[in-house]
Parts: sequence; structure tokens; C-alpha cells
Amino acid sequence: MTKFVGRRLVYLLPVLLAVTLLTFLVASLLPGDLATTILGDQATPEKVAALRAQMGLDLPIWQRYGIWLWDVLHGDLGRSFRTGETVWAAVTARLPVSLELMVSGVVLALVIAIPLAILCAVKSGTALDRFFTGLAFGKLSLPNYMVAILLIYLFAVELNWLPATGWVPFHEDPLANLKSFILPAVTIAFAEWPVLMRVLRSDMIATLQEDYIAMAKAKGLRPARILLVHALKPSSLTLVTVAGINIGRLIGGALIVETIFALPGIGRLLVGAIYARDFIILQGVVLFVAIGFVMVNFIVDMLYAVLDPRIRHGRA
Amino acid sequence: MSAPLLSVEGITVDLPTPRGPLRAVDGVDLTLAPGSTLGIVGESGCGKTMLSRAVLQLLPKRAKLGGRILFAGRDLVTLPAEELRRLRGPELAVVFQDPMTSLNPVLTIGTQIVETLQAHLGMDTAAATRRGVELLAAVGIPAPEQRLRQYPHQLSGGMRQRVAIAIALSCEPKLLIADEPTTALDVTVQAQILDLLAREQQRRHMALILITHDLGVVAGRTDEVAVMYAGRVVERAPTPRLFTRMRMPYTEALLAAIPKLDSPPHTPLPAIAGRPPDQTRPLKGCSFEPRCRYADERCRAAKPPLADPERLGGLFACWHPL
Repeated sequence: MTKFVGRRLVYLLPVLLAVTLLTFLVASLLPGDLATTILGDQATPEKVAALRAQMGLDLPIWQRYGIWLWDVLHGDLGRSFRTGETVWAAVTARLPVSLELMVSGVVLALVIAIPLAILCAVKSGTALDRFFTGLAFGKLSLPNYMVAILLIYLFAVELNWLPATGWVPFHEDPLANLKSFILPAVTIAFAEWPVLMRVLRSDMIATLQEDYIAMAKAKGLRPARILLVHALKPSSLTLVTVAGINIGRLIGGALIVETIFALPGIGRLLVGAIYARDFIILQGVVLFVAIGFVMVNFIVDMLYAVLDPRIRHGRA
Repeated sequence: MSAPLLSVEGITVDLPTPRGPLRAVDGVDLTLAPGSTLGIVGESGCGKTMLSRAVLQLLPKRAKLGGRILFAGRDLVTLPAEELRRLRGPELAVVFQDPMTSLNPVLTIGTQIVETLQAHLGMDTAAATRRGVELLAAVGIPAPEQRLRQYPHQLSGGMRQRVAIAIALSCEPKLLIADEPTTALDVTVQAQILDLLAREQQRRHMALILITHDLGVVAGRTDEVAVMYAGRVVERAPTPRLFTRMRMPYTEALLAAIPKLDSPPHTPLPAIAGRPPDQTRPLKGCSFEPRCRYADERCRAAKPPLADPERLGGLFACWHPL
């Protein structure tokens, strides 16, 4: 097991190197010159050239990457030209919001998806199964912002139970913080559960045909144990994969949800940086998101090994 | 003969197919006394596995089952799910064909034995683990303590089948159904597994149904043999009697298809010509008629009943017995 973790960690290094290089290239390829953006349209070419030299923009791209990487490795991600805020401060201020949104949304989605998937798999082919798979399919074709607006209309405007927008930090008022996250989390969960439910349902149906499930029945085990221990564990690899991809995607913030509910998350930071040509912030955020994505995939790989001993022993 | 442990009456199993319902089992009657051994023999697709699944109540959801299956006085077909669950393990157990697929790949051997003991015997984990070690040792698994912590893929096929047998025996069942228990195993291991089953069957005075396509397997190990063809029992007799005086041409053909050790090298193996009938389109007459070398008009016109016209203790379904 230690060897397995170690091998995976070694694979991680080149991936992160490639991700940072790509981040750098993409940030450099964005149209518009950084020095001109900072100095404005009216700046003289001499002033622009001077700033370019000062910022190292006149160096070849590989040298700039080297310098940037060197700085990053020394913990210096740079700071915004616009606000003077460091990348580190900007990201760490928004990250808890996006993380809370992601975790609550995905957990809620799993809480909806797993029981429904098991139910539909057991009752596969019945009217009940067709109803829920149909519902999931219908939900998949309903855009997320529609759900958000309907939720706001119902729970904030009509019933006035929950705030429509805004965010309260957890340490200030935990209850208000939770309240401000309910509608956004439900919106995320609504977007996520149909996919999770459908992949688990189909894997579960396949697993329930397996000989070892017939064997578990023949052993006289309780139905709950057959479903939750014998069937769910081997059926959950695709679920873990899809949930992992979605979590990775949500680390980058759920832009639409953050915008509609006015949550100060990573998504809005990223889009704000693009609009403001705040390349340093943009680059830092992309780097963070990429590392997060790689980490989530790493955790998913580890979960495979936890779920399936054949992977752990390197036989599958 | 004491009261039967298992009595199967007029079992039919219909499977839906795109070509219409397929009658996999077509009116089978069987009885089995406590502690006795019955061999069910037939080629692939003859309905022997579907019959065993019917007895175990493990038919595919789409299958339609008719008839009665009386086990220790209860009708398994109408038994409520919870009562059936309590029966499985302590009274009725099974060993499946392929130990590669019948053990759960993501649970340890220990978990899979211990859970059975806990479900039925109310043992705590420590007691169930001790019992698990004893069971593995009893079925001839070396270093049983270590095996408990291992996963199925870490064991050989023969070892896995021994584990499956240990699980099946764990709650001392009254009836064990072994569905081609050696077909997926190496030839060298087959005899060991069959001997293990026979030994445990005698030691525990357990009834055993041994399902196989190989008449050679049932020859020395069963009290009675039922030969199945196209969903029906076509010959049924006490084992010694079957081998000394078989009456059904199909049984003869099955026996002829077993390679003999004493035949000279390169002797062609007599295979049964033709294919088993399409069971979505039942024949009016005997279902073996198209492949039978003794067939005539009568065989095409009417199905021979499974009967004992000579009152000699063996049943057969043939108009022209050998």
C-alpha cells in the first residue's frame, strides 16, 4: 500500500510541471500586452518598453517560465497589478467559499443519487425505475440557472425562508453561513445528482447480475447487507470517477451559481481577473485549480485501491 | 424410505426470449431423501442449472416458475422472502460452477465466511472468525488464518472453490446443491473437490444434488441419477442400475461421449450428432427424436412419458428402450 501511494505521488510531479507550463503559456497567449494594459492606451512606447523590461516581458518565453517557476517554488505567486493584493491572499480569501459550496453541493447530490440509484437498480424495468431515470434525464436537460432562479423565487421571494443572495463568513455567524449556502448547494446538487444516479444505477444493475450476488442471496444474508456491502462497493468505481471529475471542476468555482447567489468564490475571482486583464491573478488561480484537480484525481485513484483490492495488488 | 427432504412437483420454468417464451424446465418431478445424493446430468442448455436455480429460488427476475418445491414440508415457491432467507444457509446451500465469479472480489475471504455465520448462528465476530478458521481447515486449506485476510484473487481456482464449499457448509445445511462444481477447475483439482464434497456429505449426513454434464462424475458418487434433456427428466434410476442397464438412447449417447482411458490413441470420440432442440418451438413427439438413431413414426407423433413400465425401479421416457 505504501509503495502504491509512493508510486502515485511520483507520477504527480511531472503532471504538476506540465500543468504549470500550460498555465503559463495560456496566460501569455491571451491577447493584449500586460504593460500596455497597466499603463493605459496613452502611454508612450518608451514607457511601455521600460515596464516590459522591468517585468521581464522582453525575455524569451522559456526564460520567463523559468523565473516564474522559480518564484512559485519559493512561494511567491506574485501580486495583482490592479489591487496590489497577492495571489495567495486573493485565492485563500475565496477558496473557503468555493470549497464549502462544492462539498455541500456534492454531498447533497450523493445523498440524493445513491439511494435513488440503488432503488432503481433493484426495481429496474419497473414503472418506479422509469419514473426516476426519466426525471434524471429531464433534469439533465434543464439548465442550472433556471433551477437557481426557480429556487430563489420559491424559497426567497415567495416563502421568504432563505436569503436570495449574499454570504456570511462561518466564523461570524455559523447559522447565517449555512442559510446562505442552502440554495446554492441545492442548485449544485440538482445539477450533479442525475449523472451520479445514472452511472451508479447502471453499474449496480450489472453488479446485481453477478454470481457473487446470487451467492450472497444463497447464503441467506439480509437484503440491506447484500445491497450495501456486496453490491454497492464493487459498483461504485464509476461513481467515484464521475464525482471526482465534478468535484475537480467545482474547485474552479461554480461560476453561474456564484454569480446568481453573489458568493465571493473562485469562479468569480477568475472571471473578474480575465475581464480586468489581471494576468498574474489569473495565472495563480489557474495554477491553484489545476493543483486541486490533480489532487482530486489522485484521491480518486487512491479510492479505487480502497474499493477494489485487485487494483491495490496491481492485478487489474 | 423416510419422508423426502425435497420434493419437486411439476416444475416448469419459462424464460422470455425475442422468439417467444422458452420452456427451460418442462414439468420435472424429483424427490430426495435426507442424506442421499442425486446426480443431475445433461448437456449444456438442458435445463439442469435452471432447475437448480428454481429450487434455490434464484431464478432471473424475468423467469416464470410453475409447480411446487416442497423442502422440509414448506413450499419454497410461495414462502415469504424473510422465511426463505432464514432457510438459506442453515438448511439449503449451494456451490456454484465458477469460483472466480461466485466469491465477491472486493471482500476478504474472512468477511464472506463470517457474515454467513453471523447472519444465521448469531455468533460474535471473534467466535465466527474461529469457526471460519476451522471450516477452512476442514476443507483442506493450508494456513487458514492468513487466508481469512486475503481476497479471492489471491487464491487459486481450486482454493477458491474450497472456500465456496466452506461457506456453503458453514451453517450445516440439510441440502447442498453443487452446480457443476468442478467444471471451471483444472482436471487435477476436479477429483479432489468431488472427493471433498462426498466426504463432507457423508460426515454431515447432508443431502447433495450434484449437477454435471459428465456421467463419469456421478458414477461413483451418487445414489440416484436423473438424466435431463430439453428441460425434462428422460431417465432416472439408482446409479448402479443406470450404469448396468440404461434404457434411454440419450443416456447411452452421453456415456459414449466420455473418452475412455483404455481406448487406443486417436480413437474418434463419438459425439451426439445434431443440436439440442429449439425450446421456443417444442416438438410434438420425443424431443430427442431428431438425434436418435432408433427413432420412428411413433417417436415423432407422441411424447413418451417418464414411466417405469417394467416395474424395475428405474424411470425412463422412451418408446424404444434399449
